[in-house]
Amino acid sequence: MTQKNRLDGGQIDTAIPMNFKFDGKSYIGYQGDTLASALLANGVRLMGRSFKYHRPRGVLSAGSEEPNALVQLRSGARQEPNTRATTTELFDGLVAKSQNRLGSLRFDAMAINDRFSNFLTAGFYYKTFMWPKAFWEKVYEPIIRKAAGLGSLSLLDDPDVYDKGFLHCDLLVIGAGPAGLMAALTAGRSGANVILADEDFTFGGRLNSETFGIGDDAGAVWAAGAVAELASLPNVRLMVRTTVIGAFDHGIYGAVERVSDHVAVPDAGKPRQILWRIYTQRTVLAAGAIERPIAFENNDRPGIMLGSAIRTYANRYGVAADKRIAIFTNNDDGHRTAADLHAKGVKIAAVVDVRADAPRSMDFEVLHGQVVDTKGRLGLTFADVKLADGTIRTLDIGALGMSGGWNPNVHMTCHQRGRPTWNADLAAFVPGGTLPDGMIVAGAANGDMSTAGALRGGAQAARAALGLKGRLPKLPAAEDAPVNLTPFWYVEGCSRAWLDQQNDVTVKDVKLSHQEGFRSVEHLKRYTTLGMATDQGKTSNMGGLAIMAELAGKTIPQVGTTIFRPPYTPTAIGVLAGRHRGQDFHPKRLTPSHTWAAEQGAVFVEVGNWMRAQWFPKEGESHWRESVDREVLATRGSVGVCDVTTLGKIDVQGVDSADFLNKIYCNGFAKLAVGKVRYGLMLREDGIALDDGTAGRLAEDHFVVTTTTANALPVYRHMEFVRQCLFPDMDVQLISTTEAWAQYAVAGPNSRKLLEKIVDQDISNDAFPFMACANITICGGLRARLFRISFSGELAFEIAVPTAYGDALMRKIMEAGAEFDVTPYGTEALGVMRMEKGHATGNELNGTTSALNLGMGRMVSTAKDSIGSVLSRRDGMNAADALMQVGIKPLDLGDPVPAGAHLMNADGPVDAAHDQGYVTSACYSPNLGHAIGLAFIKDGSNRIGEKMRLVSPLTGVDVAVEIVSAHFIDPKGERLRA
Amino acid sequence: MIIDHPLLGPRDSSEFTYLGDAKLIERPDPDAETATRDFYEYAYLRDNPAGWHEELWFHEAGDRSWLVVTRNTLTHEISKVEMARDVARGKGRSK
Amino acid sequence: MRYSGFQVIKQALSGHKGWTPAWRDPEPQPHYDIIIIGGGGHGLATAYYLAKEFGGKRIAVLEKGWIGGGNVGRNTTIIRSNYLLDGNEPFYEFSLKLWEGLEQDFNYNAMISQRGILNLIHTDAQRDAFIRRGNAMLLNGADAEMLTTAQIKKRYPYLNTEDARFPIKGGLAQHRGGTVRHDAVAWGYARGADSRGVDIIQNCEVTGFKIENGTVLGVETSRGFIGAGKVGCAVAGSSSRLMSKANMRLPMESHVLQAFVSEGLKPVMAGVVTFGAGHFYCSQSDKGGLVFGGDLDGYNSYAQRGNLPVLEDVCEGGMAIFPAFGRARLLRMWGGVMDMSMDGSPIIDKTHIDGLYFNGGWCYGGFKATPASGFCFAHLLAKDAPHPFATDYRFDRFEKGRMIDEKGVGNQPNLH
Repeated sequence: MTQKNRLDGGQIDTAIPMNFKFDGKSYIGYQGDTLASALLANGVRLMGRSFKYHRPRGVLSAGSEEPNALVQLRSGARQEPNTRATTTELFDGLVAKSQNRLGSLRFDAMAINDRFSNFLTAGFYYKTFMWPKAFWEKVYEPIIRKAAGLGSLSLLDDPDVYDKGFLHCDLLVIGAGPAGLMAALTAGRSGANVILADEDFTFGGRLNSETFGIGDDAGAVWAAGAVAELASLPNVRLMVRTTVIGAFDHGIYGAVERVSDHVAVPDAGKPRQILWRIYTQRTVLAAGAIERPIAFENNDRPGIMLGSAIRTYANRYGVAADKRIAIFTNNDDGHRTAADLHAKGVKIAAVVDVRADAPRSMDFEVLHGQVVDTKGRLGLTFADVKLADGTIRTLDIGALGMSGGWNPNVHMTCHQRGRPTWNADLAAFVPGGTLPDGMIVAGAANGDMSTAGALRGGAQAARAALGLKGRLPKLPAAEDAPVNLTPFWYVEGCSRAWLDQQNDVTVKDVKLSHQEGFRSVEHLKRYTTLGMATDQGKTSNMGGLAIMAELAGKTIPQVGTTIFRPPYTPTAIGVLAGRHRGQDFHPKRLTPSHTWAAEQGAVFVEVGNWMRAQWFPKEGESHWRESVDREVLATRGSVGVCDVTTLGKIDVQGVDSADFLNKIYCNGFAKLAVGKVRYGLMLREDGIALDDGTAGRLAEDHFVVTTTTANALPVYRHMEFVRQCLFPDMDVQLISTTEAWAQYAVAGPNSRKLLEKIVDQDISNDAFPFMACANITICGGLRARLFRISFSGELAFEIAVPTAYGDALMRKIMEAGAEFDVTPYGTEALGVMRMEKGHATGNELNGTTSALNLGMGRMVSTAKDSIGSVLSRRDGMNAADALMQVGIKPLDLGDPVPAGAHLMNADGPVDAAHDQGYVTSACYSPNLGHAIGLAFIKDGSNRIGEKMRLVSPLTGVDVAVEIVSAHFIDPKGERLRA
Repeated sequence: MIIDHPLLGPRDSSEFTYLGDAKLIERPDPDAETATRDFYEYAYLRDNPAGWHEELWFHEAGDRSWLVVTRNTLTHEISKVEMARDVARGKGRSK
Repeated sequence: MRYSGFQVIKQALSGHKGWTPAWRDPEPQPHYDIIIIGGGGHGLATAYYLAKEFGGKRIAVLEKGWIGGGNVGRNTTIIRSNYLLDGNEPFYEFSLKLWEGLEQDFNYNAMISQRGILNLIHTDAQRDAFIRRGNAMLLNGADAEMLTTAQIKKRYPYLNTEDARFPIKGGLAQHRGGTVRHDAVAWGYARGADSRGVDIIQNCEVTGFKIENGTVLGVETSRGFIGAGKVGCAVAGSSSRLMSKANMRLPMESHVLQAFVSEGLKPVMAGVVTFGAGHFYCSQSDKGGLVFGGDLDGYNSYAQRGNLPVLEDVCEGGMAIFPAFGRARLLRMWGGVMDMSMDGSPIIDKTHIDGLYFNGGWCYGGFKATPASGFCFAHLLAKDAPHPFATDYRFDRFEKGRMIDEKGVGNQPNLH
């Protein structure tokens, strides 16, 4: 197949042809092509459809600012919607499809919208589709939604891997055009650590698109030489295909390196992309400039593109946008395009210049006039030029370049809400206001539009950034033409002249917006959607602003701009997540007995990041309840063991430890004897329960505090706050030892007998009574800690050993307990037993409950100050009908008691106004043979014995229950003291 | 953001946990007659300035120091980082 | 002018020459009965309901920039009433009911779309809490449904249930929840208020209050003094700054909340989904963008922009449940300033200064509250008594110990 628009030259390698498909049709391009350049080479101008009117669209640009030529790249799970053909490197086997069409790209049935465009003006949808009311979700919206959007996701899991990394440097240079290369060279030669990043797959920026030279070389050759020198410097990191997406606080930049997007499938072990967080002292922003279009009637047809893009396609890719080309310009740059194309043998039908004093050329005709309309259903065929004398001349052309001047690429200077300032010479915004800290802008991004200016600006910026002294070294000679431009935004009287080509916002829409009072630039944007396309208005905003300014009788800077926001170009969500997906979303914390539990076939449950054994199914048990009931009964009947390592442990040491704990807990700890444990309740300063647990006193100046699993971190943080910020002179030190000790609860009437086989010392009831604790040894000398505490309500111990011995101890307990049929139990059985005993956990300490609610109001000592004590005395927290924790029992013992159900008076209405409380936790009690629950109800302590109604309309439960004591089992606590 | 820890040098702010206004150091006297009102104001009312703000950060993934960071809430610029313990002592807090 | 399909056709056929400004651009009068400070959603809604429901006359809305430029113009557009606590649920359900009739009421299509909201459940404790919440919703006359994982998969087949670090154990759905075209809410209220005589004055910044003998007499503005019988402040995001001019310290901090939108995609998400084991929620706009967000950045800020860690955290949450979104691209991120109150709930109340009223502290939940907030604030301004659905949103609840703390995290605003 011939590439009918292919020219000689350029930076493509014709020795390496590449096959690719667009909309099912096969084409050939070359190494070094983009999808857009290869399609243009093959004479394909039509590449997409616009968002609203489904107008035919071709390329507008040759870079990442492209709003039109968006394709669905690749297929299957790797399908990528909205991919810019202009930045997609061609690879062999590339497959792309056009998008946002109904039917084929050529015959898009949705193009009917264009016929009705007069009815579908800016904001029309705010004025209609309101009747009948029910039709919005059912009729109107489904149609609108189906029509909306551009490309499609495959809805298959993204098969590729993404990575993240950190980089640090003295100087980050963003953009590797002449300014960026010169900045990197200057900095690199000084020995500074430099990162040079460019979104393109080749360094050089505009130098690759231009014909003029630097020194004695062509620009692209000079660029290649500069890159070679930079590559030889060990202190310079060159990052090609790397888009800096945002400037964040304190010199932190986000950058995405596209490692594998230029190949069909990432190489084995390679990520698709990497998110780099670059920490830099200084930054030179050398992001170049973007040419802007001119608004005229029907300026959106395929073939109409930025003049600079036509030049890029010719010079860099060896592609003529068409055989017959014209340029519409308001500045000298348009003439440069024509000259370059002419030199490559492409016919220039005319350069249409709005300026009467435009330069003349021997090589092509220069017309003083304006392009006023175009024709061509699927691509440009004719353009009407209105000459200065009012006559119309029709040009027979397939491509038209628009050169409206250049906008410095100030995007990233605005990421910290800096506002650009107006430069009248360029008729453009240039960096201004407060730039991100440490950022210096150079080259075209700073309004220095010549190559010489860019080289000079780059060198100066690097020297300023690094504080380099001495004379500026001699820079190579380069083009230094002044900008010669007459501001010209739109052709008088045009209406359907496109400003935002993707979103179909025309001059007419901007005028309507103004007419309807949407006159702030933000209102304009939001009402018309101007600049909200995937290019964030890079090619569209200025035209809209200019028209708004004229309508309002203001200047463009008075109208102001909307704010550019990160990311600089759209960024895959996958790379922002990196490897945090699937099982790796969060790290897993495993307890020391995890391997052992897995060997027993335990079912694990996520508790925060911990994995805990939930129950241990035995053969023949088909329902989890069977396992849990067995574990509970076996523990209460003989002995069970449970891994409680996940509970937080905080070592508290120092002379003032007891005083410190007196501040932390609402109840007193000063008088706790050495060798004893006490239950403690911590309040937040607002008087609400923060956490509960125990503190054991191992020595006069040494306590061990335990917290719930969920609160291990917050409690530790809180204790450090109290220690460092409130009582900085207390002699007390804290350290979290949660990971240092493996801890097991051994519970049940035979727990002592079991432990006596392991522990080296006397643990009889007299020697080691309820609430005793001690440093001990086990197994003939291994250091351990023993606590006689009970969550289950049985005679119970918690035994702790250094984590490394955790697995061994679990196995030892199982071995020693074999004669008692020791039963491992999981978190479910643990929960059942604590509910049977009426102990609160996270469901009860839910962040809104006070000590009073928990039935521990009297624990809040008034004899001493503690965190939360003052505010816990507020009236609202001590109301007569305050919620109190009680037990719930179904009247019909076969009825369920679901957690989350609400309590109502037995014979009152069932509604929110008559709500009496709610069930916090519930389970089936195998010991009692019926469901039980813990609940908070109003004035609960005075309602024991009351019959109430328990309703859960959400789950269809409505049962009669009785309010009982929360202590279902052994209310006197005889077992745990046995 | 980067917080220049007085002991450890510049650290990424993601190593820290934020609490709020450093006035939280100035816990009122629980025995004062106006204690309830004082604690209400201490616990709930904030200047919440648009500008310089002294605030508490905890080096959770680090050395577990509480720091007082002086940071501009309009620009996020940080002008000073101190050990909260020193600040607390400076405000007369002790045991 | 009344908007309708007929009007759209009529205007189209006559060259769109007949469309008039959606609101006037009046000069400020020397005195108003009621001044609302803040031309955001809540302020405009307050003015609208004052004029429409409470017979208010001579009302002005003062906006320092352009109307709708605060959080009503920067949010993730979600409406819902899936609250738990007594002080909240009736209010938010009232709001949802107002949303349901709003477009016909103010003759503006705000694209209120009740495509449902779904809170995913990942642990048994979470299920217990959601059952309690769902029951509270039903008992308050709202709708709620517990969905099984299989039912959820039917709606979102690409949800990661196979390889989830935190397994999905069901979800609490509110089918009447959904999304709204956020800007249109401000515009609809503005147009409705304007047509009822309210002066909407843009580019008019309030620089101070004139207060004598404990009574507010008016406001100093960038366009001169404007007298007022009553002044209502509805400037969430700037509440502390504004009220400090009346020497008030508020129970709140300002925090930045980021939000994110992807490039336009063909429809993949019907409703709103929230991930209960990470910080991520997502819906898809009528334009096709995935609109998503997560947690606060977590530090006091008025900078209206956030940082990378939260962006990454949010996308990690997204990829955890929707690994098919990996190749969708983030188009734009932005940050809004939230009035984060000390218990996560708002304040609609009088102040200790006669004639000065306050509405704020909406945390990150103000958008869905817009209609009810406006209605209840209008009620308070007109009748000097709280609306029955907003009786608990008082300043003194903190001093009295009657916090409305949905999340149960206490007096630390960045945790709400």
